[in-house]
Amino acid sequence: MSDIKKFMFVNRKAPYGTIYALESLEVVLIAAAFEQDVSLAFMDDGVYQIKKGHQTKGIEVKGFEKTYGALEDYDVTKLYVDAESLAARGLTADDLTVPVEVMSRAELGKMMEEQDVLLSF
Amino acid sequence: MLNIVNKSPLERNALQSCIETGTGGAILLIEDGVYAVARGNSFEPTLKAAMGKFKVYALAPDLEARGIADRVMDGVTAVDYGGFVDLVAEYKSSQSWL
Repeated sequence: MSDIKKFMFVNRKAPYGTIYALESLEVVLIAAAFEQDVSLAFMDDGVYQIKKGHQTKGIEVKGFEKTYGALEDYDVTKLYVDAESLAARGLTADDLTVPVEVMSRAELGKMMEEQDVLLSF
Repeated sequence: MLNIVNKSPLERNALQSCIETGTGGAILLIEDGVYAVARGNSFEPTLKAAMGKFKVYALAPDLEARGIADRVMDGVTAVDYGGFVDLVAEYKSSQSWL
């Protein structure tokens, strides 16, 4: 029996305006430390979390753009982005700070169906 | 009146209600509200149309934090914290659409 479960973190909130994005990253890192099969989904305003070029000095808040880039070091490489959410915000995959897999909502729904645990932020 | 909006227009209807309700003056977008002025977002046509009625400002440090300072749509004035204070002083009243 395997004790590795499939964990998906569903991110739907913009960064900095609320604490959700940062808290999600914290739990992602914990799940990765326990060597679980971790994936991240970004949809709705959550796609803004991985928009390139955060400069947070002016708002005196710790920026966490670099943490998304470091996920690879924790073997977290499954990042899925909803195409429709990107398009509604005038963004493309080139605007994002990390390599992702852009997919339709239907495909994203299938990925969700395959998970053992879904954590929503 | 100075209308202050801190919510993303694609997540909440605060900016929509502000635009529909307000009779004029200015809208200052802060925090997640600044996403409204990013070129190419689906709320852009609504905000453009509202520019006939409102002057539109966005807080520069919030634009920078979110990586969208280089994609602000035409007709929007970016202000710093000092500019925020000036706007509050300039208008007779201010309303925060939370």
